[in-house]
Amino acid sequence: MRRGVLFYAQFAFTLAVCAFLIVPVILSIMAGVTVNFFHGITSGITLRWVFQVWDLYSDTIYLSLLIALTCLVCTVVLGVPAAYVLAKRQGRIGRIIEEFVTLPLAIPGLAIALALLIVYGEFRAFRMSWLFILVGHVLYTLPFMLRAVLAVLSTADFRTLEEGAASLGASFWQRFFGIVIPNCRSGILAGSLMVVTLSVGEFNLTWMLHTPLTKTLPVGLADSYASMRLEVGSAYTVVFLIMNIPLLMALQLYGRPAKPRTVVAEEGAGAAVPAADAAR
Amino acid sequence: MTRRTGGTSVRLIECAKTFAEGTRALEPLSLDIAGGETVVFLGPSGCGKTTTLRLIAGLERPDAGGRVLFDDEDVTDLPIEARNVGMVFQSYALFPNMNVEGNVAYGLKVRRTPPKELAARVAEMLAMMEIGELRDRRVDQLSGGQRQRVAIARAIAVRPRVLLLDEPLTALDALLRERLRVDIDALLRKLGVTAVYVTHDQAEAMALGDRIVVMSQGLVTQIGTPREIYYRPANRFVADFVGTMNRVTGTAADGFLETRSGRIPWEGTERGEVEVLFRPENAAITTPGEAHLRGTIRTAFFLGDRTRLLVEGVGATPIVVETSGRREYREGEEVGLRIEPGSLLTLSD
Repeated sequence: MRRGVLFYAQFAFTLAVCAFLIVPVILSIMAGVTVNFFHGITSGITLRWVFQVWDLYSDTIYLSLLIALTCLVCTVVLGVPAAYVLAKRQGRIGRIIEEFVTLPLAIPGLAIALALLIVYGEFRAFRMSWLFILVGHVLYTLPFMLRAVLAVLSTADFRTLEEGAASLGASFWQRFFGIVIPNCRSGILAGSLMVVTLSVGEFNLTWMLHTPLTKTLPVGLADSYASMRLEVGSAYTVVFLIMNIPLLMALQLYGRPAKPRTVVAEEGAGAAVPAADAAR
Repeated sequence: MTRRTGGTSVRLIECAKTFAEGTRALEPLSLDIAGGETVVFLGPSGCGKTTTLRLIAGLERPDAGGRVLFDDEDVTDLPIEARNVGMVFQSYALFPNMNVEGNVAYGLKVRRTPPKELAARVAEMLAMMEIGELRDRRVDQLSGGQRQRVAIARAIAVRPRVLLLDEPLTALDALLRERLRVDIDALLRKLGVTAVYVTHDQAEAMALGDRIVVMSQGLVTQIGTPREIYYRPANRFVADFVGTMNRVTGTAADGFLETRSGRIPWEGTERGEVEVLFRPENAAITTPGEAHLRGTIRTAFFLGDRTRLLVEGVGATPIVVETSGRREYREGEEVGLRIEPGSLLTLSD
């Protein structure tokens, strides 16, 4: 097949857009591993800045991971049963509740943080601990888990599956853990990857909620940009990318199962929600 | 009628069902199902047959006042998981997270059956349903017929008191449907389990039911053996829903019924204007000299083993006649019809 001018024009445009997005990232990575960015790559390549970042900010990385994983546990424990109940009761009230849970997506993170500060700011110990940030992250990521699980629950005929299990003598809990949960694994997996990615990269909320002792990775990143040499900030970016890119790749792989696992076709669970924040 | 003993009897007492939004799905229904009997609920969609099945299963509760009894035990307040029923769904409802063996074993596992006993029972079920070679397959690797075999094996593995089948063959193609129907019939006879079968397919109902309950708009219109339903329909709805029925109107006098297209011998007691009904197989194409009625062929469908003719000019609507002769029939051809005298039916409503 002969390709026309239009094809090459489109191809060039696509490459240009990709370059626009990728070049700053590449430059940033290069800045993180060069001895002196202003002298360029000729000044030599070093991991010195990366080690310096590790020395200065490793606790922010651990805290980010701690918050992300705890946040994941919370969203699974809260989101999966909530999605199950919403899928079962598809009335008007169910839809209103779903909208309410999704609301944090429409409100700026700063506003949510401010609201949290107004309500819980008085509780000193709570406000000072990382749990305060966790609450913000759970609020912000819960809709993603809920939607991902709901998408799977609404495609397969779970009602009949449950009735089948009940007819065989299974109690509610046996049905829930033996039939419902295993059959919405793909949704839970997609939601989990989304939640961890978002939590690790979350800045808006966290910046408002953090204290000098509870800095997460993105907050530390802002800190280093503001107060450190450019190479250190860039090296920090490298660390962040190393943490988040595998998650993003996993999200691409498992977030939208190409081949449906269950009898009924499944939609890509997380496809409806943009991963914009995660890519920041 | 074959009544088998040993199974659990089911008794519905004044069971009605009104859904939350106010729809009356089922008018009060009382019915006794004998132990080991197969009862088929037959009717068009929305007639209440599935609701009745779900009441027996325990998936729905009857409106206040209705009771469901298994033998002498009142199970009205028991949820489905405590009733020990087996259920087979139109959509199979197999668990996608388990293979065939896992599906069949599920009910036994939930009941904490000892491993040895469980393995033996599963093997027995797989052999009985001829699905032994599929035991390690995933559910989505099975054909529709295979899925339904697994679903049946799963339902009977737990030795249910009552086996409930909700349109189990509807999702299958004609050939598979026929084969599985024969297998289900043999299975029900072998197990002697009380069975309730819901379908909208009258051929299925005829083949499987010891008794058929014909339903329409939440009401039972007739209960009887397949023969009673077919040969002595209680009303027009049953007559039309089960099989094909022809209608001819005429004036009844002593010994014959005078219609616009000829005379039929008449043994009935009614006199004056009557509408009579007869099945296609009770009318035969004959020579004009022997004919009771005359008509014109509107359409002829050659079906291979027989030819189905739509004949005009006999009743208000074309009547259906079937013939197994090799002769070819043409549109517009005049034919004579002979009606079996004893086969004429009259219905009051």
